[in-house]
Amino acid sequence: MKIGLYPGCSLKGSSREYNESVNALANAFDITLEEVPDWNCCGATAAHNLNHELSLSLPARILALAEQAGMEMLVIPCAACYSRLTIVQYELNQDEELKKKVSEIIEMPYLGNIKILNVIQFIQQFILEKLPAKIKQPFNYKVACYYGCLLVRPHGILKFDRPEDPLTMDEAMKAVGADSIDWAFKVECCGAGMSVARTDVVGKLSGSIMKDAVDRGAEAIIVACPMCHSNLDMRRPDINKALSEKITTPVLYITQALGLAVGIDPKTLGLHRHFVPVNLPKKEIQTQMEVK
Amino acid sequence: MARIGVFVCHCGENISATVDCEKVASVASGFPGVAYSTSYKYMCSDPGQNLVKDAIKEYKLDGVVVAACSPRMHEPTFRRATAEAGLNPYLCEMANLREHCSWVHDKVEATTNKAIDTVRTLVEKVKRNTPLHPIRVPVTKTALVIGGGVAGIQAALDIANTGHKVIMVERDPSIGGHMSQLSETFPTLDCSQCILTPRMVEIAQHPNITLYTYAEIESLEGFIGNFKVKIRKKSKSIDEKACTGCGLCSTKCPTKKISSEFEQHLGKRPAIYVPFPQAVPNKPVIDKENCTYYLKGKCRICEKVCPTKAIRFDQPDEILEVEIGAVVVATGFDVKETDFFPEYGYGKYKDVITGLQFERIASASGPTQGMIRRPSDGEIPKTVVFIKCAGSRDPAKGIEYCSKICCMYTAKHAMLYKHKVHDGNAFVFYMDIRAGGKNYEEFVRRAITEDGAQYIRGRVSKVYEKNGKLIVSGADTLLGSMPVEIEADLVVLATASVASKGAEELAQKLHISYDSYKFFSEAHPKLKPVETNTGGIFLAGACQAPKDIPESVAMASGAAVKVAVLFSNDELTREPIVAEVNRIAPPMYSTCVGCFMCQPVCPYQAIEREQIKDRSGNLIKELARINPGLCQGCGTCVALCRSKSIDLHGYTNNQVLAEVVALLND
Amino acid sequence: MSGISIYKSNSLAGQIHHDLEVSAAKCYQCGKCSAGCPVATEMDYPPSMVLRMLQTENPVLEEKLLRSYSIWMCVTCEMCYGRCPMEIDIPKVMDYLREKSLKENKVNPKAKNIVKFHKAFLDSVNYTGRLSEVGLIADYKLRTFNVVQDVNLVPSMLAKGKLHFIPEMIKDRLKISKIFKKTLHKK
Repeated sequence: MKIGLYPGCSLKGSSREYNESVNALANAFDITLEEVPDWNCCGATAAHNLNHELSLSLPARILALAEQAGMEMLVIPCAACYSRLTIVQYELNQDEELKKKVSEIIEMPYLGNIKILNVIQFIQQFILEKLPAKIKQPFNYKVACYYGCLLVRPHGILKFDRPEDPLTMDEAMKAVGADSIDWAFKVECCGAGMSVARTDVVGKLSGSIMKDAVDRGAEAIIVACPMCHSNLDMRRPDINKALSEKITTPVLYITQALGLAVGIDPKTLGLHRHFVPVNLPKKEIQTQMEVK
Repeated sequence: MARIGVFVCHCGENISATVDCEKVASVASGFPGVAYSTSYKYMCSDPGQNLVKDAIKEYKLDGVVVAACSPRMHEPTFRRATAEAGLNPYLCEMANLREHCSWVHDKVEATTNKAIDTVRTLVEKVKRNTPLHPIRVPVTKTALVIGGGVAGIQAALDIANTGHKVIMVERDPSIGGHMSQLSETFPTLDCSQCILTPRMVEIAQHPNITLYTYAEIESLEGFIGNFKVKIRKKSKSIDEKACTGCGLCSTKCPTKKISSEFEQHLGKRPAIYVPFPQAVPNKPVIDKENCTYYLKGKCRICEKVCPTKAIRFDQPDEILEVEIGAVVVATGFDVKETDFFPEYGYGKYKDVITGLQFERIASASGPTQGMIRRPSDGEIPKTVVFIKCAGSRDPAKGIEYCSKICCMYTAKHAMLYKHKVHDGNAFVFYMDIRAGGKNYEEFVRRAITEDGAQYIRGRVSKVYEKNGKLIVSGADTLLGSMPVEIEADLVVLATASVASKGAEELAQKLHISYDSYKFFSEAHPKLKPVETNTGGIFLAGACQAPKDIPESVAMASGAAVKVAVLFSNDELTREPIVAEVNRIAPPMYSTCVGCFMCQPVCPYQAIEREQIKDRSGNLIKELARINPGLCQGCGTCVALCRSKSIDLHGYTNNQVLAEVVALLND
Repeated sequence: MSGISIYKSNSLAGQIHHDLEVSAAKCYQCGKCSAGCPVATEMDYPPSMVLRMLQTENPVLEEKLLRSYSIWMCVTCEMCYGRCPMEIDIPKVMDYLREKSLKENKVNPKAKNIVKFHKAFLDSVNYTGRLSEVGLIADYKLRTFNVVQDVNLVPSMLAKGKLHFIPEMIKDRLKISKIFKKTLHKK
């Protein structure tokens, strides 16, 4: 089964373990993901903050490339890229003149008919049913599934899950034996792109998220967005500073958690690349990786 | 030879500013068949009408055309004047020179020519008018009141006190409606049940009122003054005549943990139950969906303990058919429940409740005996947050309108809470304060200045639960939209008032109009608030739109008067502008072939099948017959009939053809 | 629908209505957006204030908006739009105000670093077609003269294999810079 994949810049750089775990999980279920040839950056937050047409053109080029490569489906693990591409596809489909204009800017034909899937939809469609049969080590920890902003909003365009208290990631985690807790910060913002320019804001916002999850007994946070992961993991010192306490709860990508459950080894899933050690205690899981 | 009178009205300047009225009258006097033609400044005035009457007598007119405003304005006026002069009123027609001519065109010659053409058309029509006589239908002087809340109760009592019979149908086991669930009412803080229950008892004891509770409307047929209603009395499994209301059955029933609808799911009731102690009638019903006997065939304890052997497990539903003359619809409203709000928890937090649930908590006979205790752990909340406009005024949630009563009841709730928990904090998040009724503004000010309710202008973005507290994130827009976070023990949402469950189905059974929110439609928003577009059916209370108790009561009395007016005649006269299927001599009997394609297209279900039989009773043919009592003269069947067997009195095919020919022949 | 707009043609609200089809008049100032905004306390004008300032069509307030810190502090988390009862697309309005603020050189001094970050990000994309994080940080440090920013992270990032000193370039880089020339870098 061949499906398109748009990794985006983070998955090739600071969040490469996400990419590794997505590919490893896909392989374990005999799914081949083909990267969009010669893909470019989607522009993320910077493009739409500074120039509307640029913010439309960069994603449009990616979609046009995928269309050219004959991809009917495109899996986008990064929530920000997923958000940008889905919104651009929607906006251009609403306005034929704008579609033509953008097509001229990117100098490529553009149709706008590819089905875009985020990582959770990918799991739901291709993996969830086959999951129970392949479980080697149930992931029986208490987890807080953190969706962040861009997977569920704007709901009118993305039409994915419930915009308040979503449940799809929780269902996927329950399918591998996790105790997915009910908590209050599922869709609150982690601080997003302020990671460099206003790290203090990230500390405060991500801190509130961590605190609520940990207070309710979460042993791990599960995410589906590299920005959220980075803010909750790499920026843990700033979180600890904002909360005036040291929190050691690890943050895993959903693909890593599911990968562990079906027996993929932690190194392949990139768990050693995290800043906060993934020391999940007791049970029979062997994730005792520590970074020096 | 026809002798038509033409009267052209200047209508002050409304017509004469654009149309040359003198010229129209002068040209009209030359039309064949016109015996008299004149113009006048105000035809509808006394002298104007006298002009018509005098002309009829003097010139022996046999037809009148008043060229003036729209017939929807003054047709009755001029027809009455015509009748007073001794001429059949249906020989008078109006030519619309105002709404159809002077008001929509400029002052040019073409406009006056159009006016002349219009008059000529009407003259040709009136030449072919025949005298018509109003149709008389008898009136059954029994009223049906659907709904036993405060509006239904008021309407029923008013109608019954005029001496007419009333049948009241209520689908719950007891009458009283939402008002019986309230603790105290604004602005007087009267105990709600104390002022309602005497009226409820009056209903039960009134000699003119027959009360059916646990009953619903099965169907309604007929027309104004002549309805036939089928009422389904759902089986209570109790012989009401034998039951004394002692309550032993409820006490002994082993299934005690059913969520009580009356207590808004904050309390429990048994399977055989009376909804509340002051219920009328104070006789129980068995909830078949939760009774052990009906589910598993076991138990029957109530049957064993009942001292008068009143339990009847095999009692069937009963369908009653009654003839009535008028209907008052008073089915009330419901409130949205907390699961409607994703940002407030999708209904999963026990301590986020609706205003109606707060009423039950504050009620002396409620689940907490009137002490303000929160549902999760029964603790007395020290901080309560009231959120107004929860669902109302919210296009994103699909409810654009304002629910009217929430500003007042929230102020009341804050007051009641402060009266009972002196050291508690009451916060109210609001967008506006709507307190337009009598003494309402003073009431709200009292809540703020004397009882210490703290009003914060802004809405609440999110409510979530942590460690037994509810974290409320709102904003204070009067302080630069500064975010405000409050840790509350209890959150009360003033949820939107919506049409009551089953409103749409009932409206369709009764053939009355309703809007996109399923509130029933009044005939005219300003001038006919208690009538519907269906003759003989009236509205009272919140089923028409959210409203408070004084308004519901006033509206109910208004509906009652309309019913009384209807019943003040033994006969009703109807406009004779109705369609008729022709009848001719045997052996044809009619050009109607009996295809009955007209029957399903009639919007008023006015077409029946008439069987033509010979003297031995054998069927010769079936013909369509239009019930003149139901027909509204829309003309749909006339246009549809393939054999052209139907014609419309007052707008016959000949008349309309004559008008068209007159228009085309300049 | 008459062709007459309820807004002045040269006001921000009027332009926003014309270009984005977002109507500021719909806002009834309920404050739900400000209540749910994660960074409202960091802003000089929370989202509902921004809408109110647009509603006034007052040039003095419009100028304040373009020079505000709010529009750059906004993280486009879309929470405001998600909760707004009138379904007003506030993130779209924020993007619009940002673009205008930049074009007219009215960026709030406090927000300079944020803008520099965005610019550094896009420079990397312009040059390589993708984001090179090393390039981004280097560029950002240059722009902000903050050499020590996140320096402590470098060793661990290297050890985790997350830092690539040689940027990955796409083949069709020229196409990307063409796109930039037609949009952000248009003269």
